[in-house]
Amino acid sequence: MTRTLQIFKKELRDYFVSPIAYIVICIFLLITGWFFFSTFFIFNQANLRTFFTLLPLTFSFVIPAVTMRLFAEELHSGSYEMLLTLPVRLSDIVLGKFLAGAAFAAIMLVPTLVYGFSISFIGDLDWGPVAGGYIGAVLLGASYSAVGVFASTLTKNQIVAFITGMVICFALTLLDKVVFFFPPQVVDVFTQIAAGYHFENISKGILDTRDVLYFASVIFAFLYGAHMVMQEKR
Amino acid sequence: MIHVEKLTKFYGSFCAVDQIDLDVSRGEITGLLGPNGAGKTTTLRMLTGYLVPTSGSILIKDLSIDDESLAVKKLIGYLPESAPLYHNILVYDYLDYIARVRDLDGRRRIERIHELVDLCGLSGIMHKNIGELSKGLRQRVGLAHAMMGDPEILVLDEPTSGLDPNQIVEIRDIIRAFGKEKTIILSTHILSEAEATCDRIVIIDKGKIVADGSTESLKQGAGEERTIHLTLLHADFDTASQTLSALDGVSRVERMDTPDSGELRLKIFAGGPDRLRERIYACVKQTDWVMVEFTQEAKSLEKIFRDLTREV
Repeated sequence: MTRTLQIFKKELRDYFVSPIAYIVICIFLLITGWFFFSTFFIFNQANLRTFFTLLPLTFSFVIPAVTMRLFAEELHSGSYEMLLTLPVRLSDIVLGKFLAGAAFAAIMLVPTLVYGFSISFIGDLDWGPVAGGYIGAVLLGASYSAVGVFASTLTKNQIVAFITGMVICFALTLLDKVVFFFPPQVVDVFTQIAAGYHFENISKGILDTRDVLYFASVIFAFLYGAHMVMQEKR
Repeated sequence: MIHVEKLTKFYGSFCAVDQIDLDVSRGEITGLLGPNGAGKTTTLRMLTGYLVPTSGSILIKDLSIDDESLAVKKLIGYLPESAPLYHNILVYDYLDYIARVRDLDGRRRIERIHELVDLCGLSGIMHKNIGELSKGLRQRVGLAHAMMGDPEILVLDEPTSGLDPNQIVEIRDIIRAFGKEKTIILSTHILSEAEATCDRIVIIDKGKIVADGSTESLKQGAGEERTIHLTLLHADFDTASQTLSALDGVSRVERMDTPDSGELRLKIFAGGPDRLRERIYACVKQTDWVMVEFTQEAKSLEKIFRDLTREV
């Protein structure tokens, strides 16, 4: 556990010693802020629904950009060899890097709390859905980080890792929006697979174990996949 | 200390390491020598647990690397070729991170970092970004990385490649200082390097061990043909060649170009008994020839290396 923690701390610090973290956070805040407030006063409702509706789409490309370097960079520079020959398990490495990505996603959400507070001054904000939304957002961010970690293990090239991760995240986000293209037998299955569907449920303020379990399974599946890919490289 | 049996590694259908057996005992500095692509790096990567062998077994201090990988990794310090360190981190932060991963606690961690700073000569660069360091300095940080856990076994892959002569000497001194009580395996394709640092040399070619022994024994090429150069005055070739060929152990006597100075230069090829030079001397003493040169050609490591690893 201490080894996972050390790797987590190192990876998280790496984000903040380079400008990447600040650039990504700025882009994220600009996009979410613009789309949220551009329609906020037209709807004239004191809630964060637009913000949470757009969040899965924004996360789909922001989080793979954050996680793309986790393995790809180390594989490219060869430092992975030095890391793996330290007394650590492969699972420590995968878990540490994943936690760093997930923590970054959570940190990225912190400034957006301002939206909630500022709205609560000008209107009567229902904090239930907001809290649900943030819980969902953290789970979603963690799931997409797991996807990103997996994509990053596949290649030495960070751009390829980014695009692969983005494609998987977009697919998970949009799957329940495009089910009408598919035969009715598979509609249910595809809806259940979609991250967007489960995120919507939670962001309504309903914390259902099924949705939490869904995100936990996505995280587990992709981290296990990442572990398998790295094991196969030995 | 290290016991390797029938170690084999395939990359797809390409066999990089082919049934290698190797035993390294405590306190030995072993040099793994071989041309590029001979399987040196692959062997070292398997020893350190980075790669999983296709077949064969590795025991480090009687611990199997498959079953006890964590315990084994604690015993080993490894520096891969050209020290692929992180770029965006300060030297101090990096060493601190490695110490933490290696589970050194508070005071011990700071002590150990100080020891390594002295040993590897890092005192002036602790506040610098690793990405900005020269190759030689980066190699030293890499050595500090490898030695952090005070490992019993140090594995170094081409520790001096790409360094200038001064840096090579510095790195070599660090290795030797550390090697006094520890087991070291290093790979290189520079022969003088192996000769200067190692107690024992293992030559690998195409994934197989082709020679194994101390630097001296490899050079003497025990039991193999030796060449002795002998230059005589006042001697004619026919008599000299007859007399010398009669000696036990001499297989052939050849005449080298004789300048008009009246010198007779001979090349004596010999196998067999060791004290041949004594008997040659005794034999020459009985005649009225004058001996002006008498040397045994030491087979250079370079020649051994080329003989053993030449493309057939």
